[in-house]
Amino acid sequence: MSESATKPRPQFRNLGLSDLMSYRLPPAAKASILHRVSGALLFLALPLVIVPLFAQSVQSPDTFAAMKAWVANPVCKIVLLVLMWGYFHHFCAGIRYLTLDLHVGNAREPSQRSGALVIGVALALTVVFGLKLFGAW
Amino acid sequence: MVQERIGRKRLVVGAHYGTRDFIVQRATAVIMAVYTLALVLYAVLVPSLDFESWRAFFAFTVGALPVGQLLATLAFLSLAWHAWVGVRDIWMDYAHSDGLRLFLQVLTILWLVAAVVFFGQILWSL
Repeated sequence: MSESATKPRPQFRNLGLSDLMSYRLPPAAKASILHRVSGALLFLALPLVIVPLFAQSVQSPDTFAAMKAWVANPVCKIVLLVLMWGYFHHFCAGIRYLTLDLHVGNAREPSQRSGALVIGVALALTVVFGLKLFGAW
Repeated sequence: MVQERIGRKRLVVGAHYGTRDFIVQRATAVIMAVYTLALVLYAVLVPSLDFESWRAFFAFTVGALPVGQLLATLAFLSLAWHAWVGVRDIWMDYAHSDGLRLFLQVLTILWLVAAVVFFGQILWSL
């Protein structure tokens, strides 16, 4: 007890905002912070965009048509595109965490690769569904 | 009280909120993932995705049982609980003053309760 009280302990502090630009983030760390960012984004959009859109889509044929008209607006499409990316990334990164919990791919190399894969798959899904949203197919 | 000794000196006590939140976060995630896949599969497989077929996914019944509404409620409550655990983690990481953190957590609860009430009201009046 007294021994541990007198010994000076090494201190490890969290990153400051000024360190952000110079700090190297490996793919798994990028997937991790994007998981947090996308989650926060979806949380903020939940009562503002997602539930109102759902409400319009199920209430009546008229509100369904109004919902479609809202989605046709280019600015709204951008908002939806960002939210779609958020959902895809959060979904894919979440699946990755569940597999890591099952001790699948926990070694350094595979976990970095799956981190990069998650970022890529989420972006690819966003492009595919984004093309659909903007009427390319 | 649950107590567990690790080694000679370290005494571990606690309410075990961490374990509970860990389990909750994963269980609700699996529920939402399955619900999402079911919704996407339905949207792809249904002959024509229009108002009637879209609404049916949330309003269908089995006998007298409102299964569509019950499943949507399960998924949305999972979402709210999942969001609470996640957003609370964000405040605990970045908001270090007790007053600010409490304020943000209360705001988070109000935000999520509003979403749940809004959603429930729409869903159960279908």
